[in-house]
Amino acid sequence: MTPAALLVALVALSFVAYLTGRARSLAVVGGSRRIHDLHSLPAHYGMLTALSCALPALAVLGLWLAFQDSIIAGLVAAQLPERLRNLPPELLGLVMNDVRNVVAGSVPAESAEPEIRAAAAEYVRLQGIGRAMLTAIVLAVGIAGLLVARSRISPQLRARNAVERIVQGLLIACSLVAVLTTIGIILSVLFEAMRFFARVPWYEFLFGLTWSPQTAIRADQVGASGAFGAVPLFVGTGLIAAIAMLVAVPVGLFSAIYLAEYAHPRFRAWAKPVLEVLAGVPTVVYGFFAAITVGPFLRTWGEAIGLDVSSESALAAGLVMGVMIIPFVSSLADDMITAVPQSLRDGAYALGATKSEAIRQVVLPAALPGIVGGTLLAISRAIGETMIVVMAAGLAANLTLNPFEAVTTVTVQIVTLLVGDQEFDSPKTLAAFALGLVLFVTTLALNVLALHIVRKYREQYE
Amino acid sequence: MSSMSEEGKPVRRPRTPRETQELVERSLRRRYGAERRFRAYGLCAVILGIAFVAFLFATILAQGVSVFRQAYVQLDVFYDPEVIDPSGTRREDDLRLADYEALVRTALRAEFPGIEGRRDVRQLTRLVSSGAAHELQRRVLANPGLVGQRERVWLLASADVDLLLKGEIARDEIGEEGRLSEEQLAWIDTLRERGRLELRFNRTFFVNGDSREPEQAGVRGAVMGSFFTLLLTLILSFPIGVAAAVYLEEFAPRNRWTDLIEVNINNLAAVPSIVFGLLGLAVFIGFFGLPRSAPLVGALVLTLLTLPTIIIAARAALKAVPPSIRDAALAMGASPIQTVVHHVLPLAMPGILTGTIIGMARALGETAPLLMIGMVAFIVDVPSGFTDPATALPVQIFLWSDSPERGFVERTSGAIIVLLAFLIVMNTAAVLLRRRFERRW
Repeated sequence: MTPAALLVALVALSFVAYLTGRARSLAVVGGSRRIHDLHSLPAHYGMLTALSCALPALAVLGLWLAFQDSIIAGLVAAQLPERLRNLPPELLGLVMNDVRNVVAGSVPAESAEPEIRAAAAEYVRLQGIGRAMLTAIVLAVGIAGLLVARSRISPQLRARNAVERIVQGLLIACSLVAVLTTIGIILSVLFEAMRFFARVPWYEFLFGLTWSPQTAIRADQVGASGAFGAVPLFVGTGLIAAIAMLVAVPVGLFSAIYLAEYAHPRFRAWAKPVLEVLAGVPTVVYGFFAAITVGPFLRTWGEAIGLDVSSESALAAGLVMGVMIIPFVSSLADDMITAVPQSLRDGAYALGATKSEAIRQVVLPAALPGIVGGTLLAISRAIGETMIVVMAAGLAANLTLNPFEAVTTVTVQIVTLLVGDQEFDSPKTLAAFALGLVLFVTTLALNVLALHIVRKYREQYE
Repeated sequence: MSSMSEEGKPVRRPRTPRETQELVERSLRRRYGAERRFRAYGLCAVILGIAFVAFLFATILAQGVSVFRQAYVQLDVFYDPEVIDPSGTRREDDLRLADYEALVRTALRAEFPGIEGRRDVRQLTRLVSSGAAHELQRRVLANPGLVGQRERVWLLASADVDLLLKGEIARDEIGEEGRLSEEQLAWIDTLRERGRLELRFNRTFFVNGDSREPEQAGVRGAVMGSFFTLLLTLILSFPIGVAAAVYLEEFAPRNRWTDLIEVNINNLAAVPSIVFGLLGLAVFIGFFGLPRSAPLVGALVLTLLTLPTIIIAARAALKAVPPSIRDAALAMGASPIQTVVHHVLPLAMPGILTGTIIGMARALGETAPLLMIGMVAFIVDVPSGFTDPATALPVQIFLWSDSPERGFVERTSGAIIVLLAFLIVMNTAAVLLRRRFERRW
């Protein structure tokens, strides 16, 4: 059976288990009239049976599927002829890739070498065996679970408590997914970045001034020639983010102030959702907009007043990114401004302040920590934003602060390094993970700082 | 207030009441002016924001709306048995391999009997898309009885003809590489006069997969790829997200562990999406050996990406259910789990669903992580399962926007319109759901 069919079979089996458990619990006490002798409801006995049928079987299925491929690959590799088996690991990986391609049918078997073809046949044979074994084992585990649970059903069995313990365990497991994700991100990025730093020293990466990963062409030159100084990327990212914040902070802040303090409720009721539409538009749309409309517009405009504006200028990407970020700034600032107690405003009015004076000198200082926190979050978003810069900013790693020139960013380079044909294990590929590490650490630091500031502020009025 | 402290300085001679009044009036004028300016800045900011929205949508619509119409040429095609099926077997394999381009060529030459010479004939056939032959093949395979028959069919015109009819390229742009020549323009005019060439509803855009030729490229493959990806994302992220939220909100003791989980979720919500792509590449593809470009991996990555959104929304919805409901259920002898499953969850469900739809909408527009896991390949076939190579709608937009052919600008905007339409439907559903079921306790 295919894994999907097996999953369906397992669902059906656990439904059968549910019915069996329920029927068995009633039979144990002798019919539904004596139901009061049972500790729990019959449905609980059914649930317990179903869970003890499905959970172990699912665990086996999941583990098997996760490791089947690597185990089979290992077995096939062990049976390769001497000549191929003793290749260095990278080349062996390539051979195994050929085998997999033949198996998947993406490469016609006739065009492959005989050894590869034999290995592919072996692979298919092992896959077949594996699948049959998997089906047998999973169904056996399921049925065994069903039978064990059924045999343990008695009026004294605290089925409800058992079910609830299991359910609570599942709930905990689900909430741990978030932690596992973080650990996964850290480990995967860190691990690959470490391998990168083993070839390119970290100080060269962090402080080097030239970035040209494309120069490492021949395999034997790897590490020796490609320049991995990431400072131009950091500067480019900072430049674009700064332009974005120059757009987003004033516009976002002022619109939040206007909507929170001045606007008629009816105006606010439709203007706020319209502004938030900007946050819902996919970034790829902004990227297209920046590349097709804003970039060329800035270029012709620059020509008209005698400025040399690159069509992939930092300005175009930054402006559009700023527009994207407006709603983040404005909705956070709005929350913070409305959270300032009315009594503070009333106090300011009582001293004769005009409305704008009350806002500038009382409300904004009171809301400042929240606004700063929101701005930090917005900066972190600007740094991590990918599609706009991939589509509208350039690839050339210029070390410049001129917004009319093309610059490149960390995210652009990650995408360029990893999309398309990649040589595995080359510093070029690994560099993307090192950049990812920098990106993750930076945004994490900004987020932690922002959340800390926001939380500290919130306590003041509670 | 700086303006007032200046006036507050001690002066040598006591002011007359009149002077004081003038002073105050002057300062008031200044302060009211500042007030008006401040207010005007705020209004400007709001209007600027709204103008951005309007401009963005207007530009996309203006560029993309023409994609729903497409130039078609009407031709009298004779399904010549000599060409399609010389052996007379009518076997599917033979019919599949036949030279349908010859049929198109013959039909075009019948339309313009005067044209001779290889160069002219080649120019003439360039008016029709190479997809026209596929269309004829599809018709014959669907209905082999057509062989030997004559049929009047609308066939796709080439991208240049399409752009000309839509006014995207001017008539004087001739002679340029790949553009239309004088003769071709004359033929186009003749065809239009005869009513044989017109803009019709663009079905191709909705039923085709990707293509190198702009006129044949469609969004179906991308939409199906997005559909499979999102379906699996929903199946995975909804139960996990709700379960996590229920645990954190209803059962978790307040200790360092649960604090850690909470901080974690808040931070994950703000991690750049491309980092999730790196995770997917390293773990799902690198470590577990799952196939590249598959909706399966895309869904796993998007699940991790949307989980924080769903958990945060679900927690807010659960928190909004008043404790009295829980107390009443517990007082009636329900166990904690029963309380949650029977009473709290159903009451919180509208809020949870709203949050889930918003999370799904965000997942639908997400591009960067999908680039990392290889859902960015050129894929012509429409995917039919979770492990077929596929692309997604936003990635398709990215791919088309990168294409040099001019016809793809319009396709890109068209695909964006389709994407935005889906997003608008989803967000409207979320808003309606919230309006319909929102309860104030």
